[in-house]
Amino acid sequence: MKKRIINTFAAIVGQENIRYSQAQLHAYSYDATANFQSKPDLVVAPASTEEIAEIVKLCAKKQIPIVSRGSGTNLAAGTVPTNGGVVILFHRMNEILELDQENLTMTVQPGVITQDISVHAEQHGLFYPPDPSSMKISTIGGNVSENSGGLRGLKYGVTKDYVKALTVVLADGSILKTGGKLAKDVAGYDLTSLLVGSEGTLGIITEITLKLIPLPVYKKTGIAYFNSLEDAAKTVSSIIAHKIIPVTLEFMDRGTIGAIEDFMKMGLPRDAEAMLLLEQDGDEELVERDIQKMIDIAVAKGATSTSIAASSEEADVLKAGRRSALSALARKRPTTILEDATVPRSEIAKMVRAIQEIAQKYNVQISTFGHAGDGNLHPTCLTDIRNKEEMERVEKALEEIFEAAIQLGGTITGEHGVGEMKAPYLEWKIGESGIQVMKLIKQSLDPQNIMNPGKVFAKASKKRLVVHNE
Amino acid sequence: MSSGLQKRMQDSFQEHVNEDLIMDCMRCGFCLPACPTYLSTNYDETHSPRGRIALMKAMRDGDVVWDSSVEEAFDLCLGCRACEPACPAGVQYGPLIEETRAAILHAKPQGSKEKILRKGAFDGVFADQDKMQKTIKLVQLYQKSGLQKVTRKFGFLTLFPPFMKEMEGVLPAIEKKKERKHSNNPKKATVAFFTGCLMDTLFQETNRKTIELLEWLGAEVIIPEEQQCCGALHGHSGELEKGMRNARANIDAFDSDAFDFIVNNAGGCGAFLSEYEQHLKQDPHYAEKAARFTEKQIDISSLLIKLGLNEDLKEMKAIDETVVTYQDSCHLKNVNKVFLEPRTLLMDAPGFEFKELIDAGSCCGSAGIYNLLHPEMARRILDAKMNGVKDLQPAVIVTSNPGCLMQMQVGIQREGLDKKMKAVHIVDFLYDAIHKNQMSEVSPA
Repeated sequence: MKKRIINTFAAIVGQENIRYSQAQLHAYSYDATANFQSKPDLVVAPASTEEIAEIVKLCAKKQIPIVSRGSGTNLAAGTVPTNGGVVILFHRMNEILELDQENLTMTVQPGVITQDISVHAEQHGLFYPPDPSSMKISTIGGNVSENSGGLRGLKYGVTKDYVKALTVVLADGSILKTGGKLAKDVAGYDLTSLLVGSEGTLGIITEITLKLIPLPVYKKTGIAYFNSLEDAAKTVSSIIAHKIIPVTLEFMDRGTIGAIEDFMKMGLPRDAEAMLLLEQDGDEELVERDIQKMIDIAVAKGATSTSIAASSEEADVLKAGRRSALSALARKRPTTILEDATVPRSEIAKMVRAIQEIAQKYNVQISTFGHAGDGNLHPTCLTDIRNKEEMERVEKALEEIFEAAIQLGGTITGEHGVGEMKAPYLEWKIGESGIQVMKLIKQSLDPQNIMNPGKVFAKASKKRLVVHNE
Repeated sequence: MSSGLQKRMQDSFQEHVNEDLIMDCMRCGFCLPACPTYLSTNYDETHSPRGRIALMKAMRDGDVVWDSSVEEAFDLCLGCRACEPACPAGVQYGPLIEETRAAILHAKPQGSKEKILRKGAFDGVFADQDKMQKTIKLVQLYQKSGLQKVTRKFGFLTLFPPFMKEMEGVLPAIEKKKERKHSNNPKKATVAFFTGCLMDTLFQETNRKTIELLEWLGAEVIIPEEQQCCGALHGHSGELEKGMRNARANIDAFDSDAFDFIVNNAGGCGAFLSEYEQHLKQDPHYAEKAARFTEKQIDISSLLIKLGLNEDLKEMKAIDETVVTYQDSCHLKNVNKVFLEPRTLLMDAPGFEFKELIDAGSCCGSAGIYNLLHPEMARRILDAKMNGVKDLQPAVIVTSNPGCLMQMQVGIQREGLDKKMKAVHIVDFLYDAIHKNQMSEVSPA
């Protein structure tokens, strides 16, 4: 990037808030996705919506790509500066602006760490449920842009269910405000929903008003171990069929259990084939009843052992273990490639079986964990990026997992986003007309394609593996 | 940038930095909130473990041009290893940063001045306990002769960066070396004492109290004479080979079936001593001996508990009216995973109420000689630490490592809190607390 342009950015945010050394450009060339990397030309850290508007105007004028980046924990290469350009950081916009106890909302800047929002709400007897596994690191701006899910999605939904209003800088530098602290609002198109999960491709989110709910008074956590993945999956379906909606219904297979135990040393049985982590919250009576019912169902479906966490500390350790699953799996092989295929929850047993068969067919090592209760699984390929031949088999296996999910009425991504990684497969899920409509939206809001280019839309879609009738 | 240097640097990274260890990092970012330099640089990814590992890989792969910004990214790492317990993937960051420093040292043309300094320090002083004693004697002379007062007054130290001046203010007065005696108490264990080069010189009184405490608890304490500096300072500066020279000498010095434990009272040394096995596992002559050596390693707090000190402390009745807190030694906590033991002892100490310091587990900025090399960053990190101290207002801050001890003293002094609180080594603290409790058995000989 030309020195003159760099200076113009520096004039907007201040010299101390731009980064462009060799080391810095390299350090912002990746996120948490294996095998994707590309350097930006400049990294800027603005302090306000207005500064961001100025940055965008300059980028629009010079046709410079813009990538918004929180903490770089994205799992679909959504924050990799694929086409170079400017990376925008939000650590100077990390204030909790307001907690409105009358409307039960919290207004925050995008750089606030997700967990800080959760803690702040709880200090006031309120509850912000979305809890992605990276919540200790991830920013709320990233969560909103990706529409992140989490362990509590089954009962409480995902990020989009808690976004009431947004301030957004559009691709021409204009500032848009959507929504409000309103329980009802049908004034025109729901632009808030459009922008949540748009992965930085339609605008830059600069302020967020979140919905809060009362903090449940009581919660309890249980675990059940199984001799087979199928028994665990059947338990999940049966719990839902019994009209119990727990907060958390997490699934981990043997490989995942072992990896978590290596990290946490919390005494998980390494010989169990599968484990379910169950949690319910609400009134004490209901919670006790539901937990007992779920344990009973697990036993009926063949659980080899079950237990209920004796304290909230013990429950927290169990959940922390689950949150570390993906990273812990990285102990096993040099490269972890994780998928996010999601199916209707009634199909979870079939999906688990399909993943096992695909792993066998291509002779690749796949460990699976995930939010079984909402049908969102994370089959994770453990491989070595340096082994070309193995990587080819991995890619085929992953494609077949996408295909299997779609055939079961599922999707290619439940909560990680399309990013660059899954762009070639998007059409499999949404079809040609889906791509058409999305492209029309993108073109009308970002005609120059400067907002996170190279994401969501692929240069070329992958050919689907299997021809079938729907 | 000469392409010759670039090539040399890339080759050196390929030679020294283990690719498999790099590949263990899956870039999830779980390390970020644990890293003091990341937090102190406005969340600059360059100064995070994830960023540094990405740069190590880029240097190996030739994806980044070696320049001062890349060098600074590696230089500014404290080596506190707080990222390791935070890492679910089990990345061995400590070895990675040491290998990186070795790679840089081998490829970088050194100014003749730095070379002489390094040679003098690592081949001379730190490699040889005798020379260390002599060097310390000079310091001793300087301190005792009254020269100290004079230079403090006339500002000789204005030549040094401001931080060094503050360090000078807190250097402990050195005791004359005394002959050590063995005790005749009923024997519970035979303990070999690794005295540590800094501990044995600048902190002789702490070492004396360590011995007396152990003897009072029924340990026979032996101090093998041939022992040397542990080699950590060499290892952390990219001179691992020289560090291993010391390691072999220490392993020989301590290789006896008579010892049940090899105890140290400095967290930084302890971590490195416990890694001898790992560093020497390829050495046919030393692998086995090193494993034996590592197995017997124990820090002073853990040993005191093993010898039953916390039970003794519980029996001492006193009203807990003074607040004591604990600043972790990074290496004791992150490498040896010892953090409950010192707290257990402090909780039981008669006359004291233990309160946890906010972020006690994060580095104080001392980090070996880091505070001398990077005074500005060390200061920022210490400032954050002192904010927590000011909130808690303890009367005593206890540490388990000489570097942390001096750094906390600097912090107290700089905040003008030296009338309200002090920083002390855990051994001195326990010894004095017990002594005050009228346990005549431990009164100094």
